[in-house]
Amino acid sequence: MDIFDFSEGREGYYGEYGGVFLPEILQATIEELLVCFRECKADPKFWQDYVALLQNYSGRPTPITHLENLSRKLGGAQIYVKRDDLNHTGSHKINNVMGQGLLCQRLGKSKVIAETGAGQHGFATATMAAKFGFECKIYMGAVDVARQRPNVFWMENLGAEVIAVEDGQKTLKDAVNECMRDWVTNMADTHYILGTACGPHPFPEMVSWFQSIIGLEAREQMLKQAGRLPDRVYACVGGGSNAMGIFQGFMDDDVELIGSEGGGHGVGSYMHSSRLAYDDATVGVAQGYKTYFLQNDEGNMNETHSVAAGLDYIGVNPIFAHLHDQGKVRFEAATDVEVKEALKLTMRTEGLIPALESTHAFVTAIKEAPTMGKDQIILINQSGRGDKDIFTIADALDDAKWKSFIGGKADQYRAENN
Amino acid sequence: MGLQRFIAERKQSKDILVMAHVVCGYPSFEENLQELEIMAEAGVDLVELQFPFSEPSADGPLFVRANEQSLKSGTTVDQCFEFMKLVSARFPFKVLMMGYYNTAFKMGEEAFVKRVKESGGVGYILPDLPIEESAKLHRLSEEAGIEPIILMTPTTSDTRLAKLGAVSRGLVYVVARKGVTGSKTQMGDDVLALIERCRQHTDVPLGVGFGISSKADIDVLRGHADVAIVGTAALKTWQEGGAPGLRQFFAELMA
Repeated sequence: MDIFDFSEGREGYYGEYGGVFLPEILQATIEELLVCFRECKADPKFWQDYVALLQNYSGRPTPITHLENLSRKLGGAQIYVKRDDLNHTGSHKINNVMGQGLLCQRLGKSKVIAETGAGQHGFATATMAAKFGFECKIYMGAVDVARQRPNVFWMENLGAEVIAVEDGQKTLKDAVNECMRDWVTNMADTHYILGTACGPHPFPEMVSWFQSIIGLEAREQMLKQAGRLPDRVYACVGGGSNAMGIFQGFMDDDVELIGSEGGGHGVGSYMHSSRLAYDDATVGVAQGYKTYFLQNDEGNMNETHSVAAGLDYIGVNPIFAHLHDQGKVRFEAATDVEVKEALKLTMRTEGLIPALESTHAFVTAIKEAPTMGKDQIILINQSGRGDKDIFTIADALDDAKWKSFIGGKADQYRAENN
Repeated sequence: MGLQRFIAERKQSKDILVMAHVVCGYPSFEENLQELEIMAEAGVDLVELQFPFSEPSADGPLFVRANEQSLKSGTTVDQCFEFMKLVSARFPFKVLMMGYYNTAFKMGEEAFVKRVKESGGVGYILPDLPIEESAKLHRLSEEAGIEPIILMTPTTSDTRLAKLGAVSRGLVYVVARKGVTGSKTQMGDDVLALIERCRQHTDVPLGVGFGISSKADIDVLRGHADVAIVGTAALKTWQEGGAPGLRQFFAELMA
């Protein structure tokens, strides 16, 4: 099944979702991008260069780890984890960014802009820009700047300018709007490195293509390491790029695909980021594309929430909206509380520290593994590492020693300033 | 009377028309009315009523905040249409709906067109809806006798201008420069060349907007464009100088 084999006149559409809903001023830019992307996708050398770059720079292929302790403890399916957290910069975001960096070179543009939520995409973009010699601006909601300072620190030290967006809810969606505003002004020399499989065509297809490297590797590794394909594959879904990445390796197989969204405070709370697992989202058009959005009856976006900044987003990738309709991917939600528990369990039993985003996939897998047979296999995409979340996790765990350390640091800085 | 005929009639007595803009419910509907009274007194010919949206990605900082504040104070789509009805009945200028496509999409395109028509609107501007996605909405609008305002821009190729021109009706909105609403545009040869390029692809009147803030800007357009479109500058004036400031602004602008 090739979801990107569009029928005549429906390019960029997945069922009724997707499309290009952009101001006229950007039509020429998006057309230029589409033409360039089509050339890259048709050129085997481009993909070879891309894979080589990720091997040499980011440590791909990332391994697969068998979680024997956790599997034994849960007493059900054998759990394997795809370790995209072991990428340079600590998440799968680098895959897409390196790909778009190569594409930006082909476009002949010298500046890049990007939105970021958790900061992982911004961090990866700043890293790529430093390596490729692009001027780099990162737009980040002021709320996210406040909760993800370590990533902001690295972006700035890598030479990027980080702009805190003070409009709207001051989170990821507002950073996307601000990127659009920059792009409509500076498109002549600027490429917009959208970080997830959302936005106007060709971004969902392009980001999915770059991220498909996760699934390509994982399928081969599972066959080699476990001797067969998994029965189920789990991934967290914010915009949906890491999930699209790993799922593409198993689309044509008899493998169940499960996306885990940000359940926040839970069903009925209206403080969550579950577009497909809960019933609160409806179809709409915003940020350049048509999909399920968390919005009111008049089409204005609702407030969203997730403990994981990277999942805290109003819309979902249009490919998933379609695959959800078709029953090809199942969507579940993991609440903030469940995420903290699953993270503790994973750290203690396996010595792994998944990012809060990725931990959402662990929650759903941990719930379901005991209901499966010992001969069954599940694969989780650990899309990012949790080090960046140290402040949030320390708060969640109410760690007294950490608090005292931060207090001491604060005192030291204050003393230096006086 | 259709938009195009209205523009033609008004142009018999003046060489360029003015289209102004308010964001519905910002700072409040009461203040909107005061602004509109001043605009009517000054002889403004057309007004865009912007329906606030939570993701106004084509707007600059001032309108972004106006959208946000209006929604925060509880403005609804229904209130905006009621306001449109009141305004189009009270004032001699013609009224257009301006907003983002999701507002129309969520209502349903049939209901949207019906409501614009019933509220006395002569057309609508939806900047994030490209012509590739507008076939049905355009057909419904034609049936109802209201006009979808197409945008032409400096980055639009001649091939695409021809496509846009073929479906344009009522008025074409020529975007004077790249970027979002609200920054200054250097009104000069580039803009005139753009108008000339657009003119080759459509017979409907051309309105020019983005960054127009003074009589000098309008003077440049005189004889080239049919309508000068003023947005951010008026709102900025209202915020800084209130009613007297706005009265003076339009008096000078349209002198």
